[in-house]
Amino acid sequence: MLLNLVRKELKVKYTGSVLGAVWSLLNPVVFLAVFSFVATVLGGAAQDYPVFLLAGLLPWNLFSVSLSQGAVSVIMNANLVKKVYFPREILPLATIGVALVDFVLQSAVFLLFIALRAALFPGFALVLHTIWLYPIAFVALLLFTVAVTFWVSSMNVRYRDLTHLIGLALLVWFWLTPIVYAIGVVHAKVVLHSHPMLLWRVYLLNPMAWIVSGFQTALYHSSDAHDVLIPLSAGKLAAGLGVVAAASGLLLYGTWRVFFGLSGDFAEEL
Amino acid sequence: MTAAIEVQDLSKRFRIYREKPTSLKQRLLAGRTRAEDFWALRDVSFDVAEGEFLALIGHNGSGKSTLLKVIAGILRPTQGLVRQRGRMAGLLELGAGFHPELTGRENVYLNASFLGLSRRETDAVYDDIVAFAELGDFMETAVKFYSSGMLVRLGFACAVHVDPEVILIDEVLAVGDEAFQGRCLDRVRTFQKEGRTIVLVTHALDMARQLSDRAVMLDHGLVHAVGSPDEVVREMRLTILRHDLEFAREGGTREVEILGGSLLRGHDPLAGALAPGDCVTLQVDLKANEPVDDPVVSFALHDAANNYVFGSDTAQQGVGLGWLDGKRRVRFQLGPVPFTGGQYWVTVGVHSRDNQRVYHVQDQRYSFEVRQIEGRKDQAYVPVTAEVEDL
Repeated sequence: MLLNLVRKELKVKYTGSVLGAVWSLLNPVVFLAVFSFVATVLGGAAQDYPVFLLAGLLPWNLFSVSLSQGAVSVIMNANLVKKVYFPREILPLATIGVALVDFVLQSAVFLLFIALRAALFPGFALVLHTIWLYPIAFVALLLFTVAVTFWVSSMNVRYRDLTHLIGLALLVWFWLTPIVYAIGVVHAKVVLHSHPMLLWRVYLLNPMAWIVSGFQTALYHSSDAHDVLIPLSAGKLAAGLGVVAAASGLLLYGTWRVFFGLSGDFAEEL
Repeated sequence: MTAAIEVQDLSKRFRIYREKPTSLKQRLLAGRTRAEDFWALRDVSFDVAEGEFLALIGHNGSGKSTLLKVIAGILRPTQGLVRQRGRMAGLLELGAGFHPELTGRENVYLNASFLGLSRRETDAVYDDIVAFAELGDFMETAVKFYSSGMLVRLGFACAVHVDPEVILIDEVLAVGDEAFQGRCLDRVRTFQKEGRTIVLVTHALDMARQLSDRAVMLDHGLVHAVGSPDEVVREMRLTILRHDLEFAREGGTREVEILGGSLLRGHDPLAGALAPGDCVTLQVDLKANEPVDDPVVSFALHDAANNYVFGSDTAQQGVGLGWLDGKRRVRFQLGPVPFTGGQYWVTVGVHSRDNQRVYHVQDQRYSFEVRQIEGRKDQAYVPVTAEVEDL
């Protein structure tokens, strides 16, 4: 049923559009172009900016699209919820599924790009010694995304303000997460402050900072990696991701229960 | 026999907000929101046995559809519980579960998956569904272009082909054309024979009577009557009339007043139901408050569905009341009544000969009942004598 619903959402999404799924690839390319431009103008960009940006942007997109679409998933399917019985948790899961399809598609092209570039151009090498962080970061990302999406999708049925709030929150969250700029730069600035450890810890309270750093460390290997990436050993980063994943698991348990508590009343609230 | 559906002390409360606060700000500002409770269902209990066809009837707003939604699991009961066994398919609303942008084919697969079918199982019944819905040429068209008849055909076709053990139908069948309705009913009857459980919500009382094994009548969220469809349907019809009676006109200028009317068999008040072919007397007592010249007394009979059946008056029967001053009694002797089973309602009136002035009318104040002859579907009773002779 989940597969069917994901298929449905995908079809609906691209019905009547000429380019169809190409849109999902175009989106990160445009982002890349814009931010490359901005980063070049402002200076201080990572050496291999495309890899750096996309490594963080693709997981962020999975998260933000799941959240914003998941928030309205129950409301948008009001006609189903009010008239057909089915497990309600399918709805947010289907939106995450759709975002996941995009993520997999984009990541496949992205990874292929890295591999081909390494094979064709002598200046680039394929470095795989941190790639094992990739699946760990992915698991943490998925757990965290599902947990938060469950919460917003159930709460949004009653409190419609959430739709608007999420838009703003995601904007703030995006800039608080080291996607466009390098976390290494953040660390370098924080150290100069009077309370370096406190500020640094506060910054790392953001689970997405860990997750994005995980992806970046897994994929980014230019000569300035030391200044750009999170100044932690791969082992420590993995441990941090483990904590994020575990906490997300707990959060998921909580939001799952909230969802089930509220889902019985969805048909009435809509 | 085991129950396919058990409904126990089921209550459903809706909160009615004057202005529904759906945003945080409104919630916070409003503090405790002014909500009024509305009980759509109150302590409803009944079982539906496996293989039984249950009809749910009641007025608009009596809670039928809410009850069906609670059984289907769409709404959560406030109190009480519903237990249900077996795969359930619901036809709760037109085009429910269809996505307008998707084609008929895609919607069939989506819908079937909601009803619990795998892709392969759907493949197996897909052709049957298309054939039943008669939508062969339209399966690749987005359903937003479908007519309501096409939607209901596809919806019904999906619901009946997923091999449900319990099927819930809410009034949607009324949309299809007659031929399709006929096939739906055939299908429903087949289901009945196969021992599947059916719950039907309907306003078509005759359909309920013909199809169902048992009926439940809801009234303002309470179970008003449970039992054989005939009895419950009759109760429903009587309730409709009683409801109407509160608004019944009793009007007129009252120069002449109807003191009372009564139905008699011979000279005794009518007791119990009549048999078809019985004779009945309608007796009307009048009192003139002012002297009136030559008034006319008339009566009319309506059946339980409030259709006019028959009527007559003193003028038509060639009887005059003359100068009326004081009291008088008029008696209409009705010959063998040609009616078959049902309740009949009598309206009595007295008016001037030219019909310009109505002195007094009592609308459907009196009633009598005629028994249905067991096991017969006669529309009317005609006395018949049969003879046999050699040629």
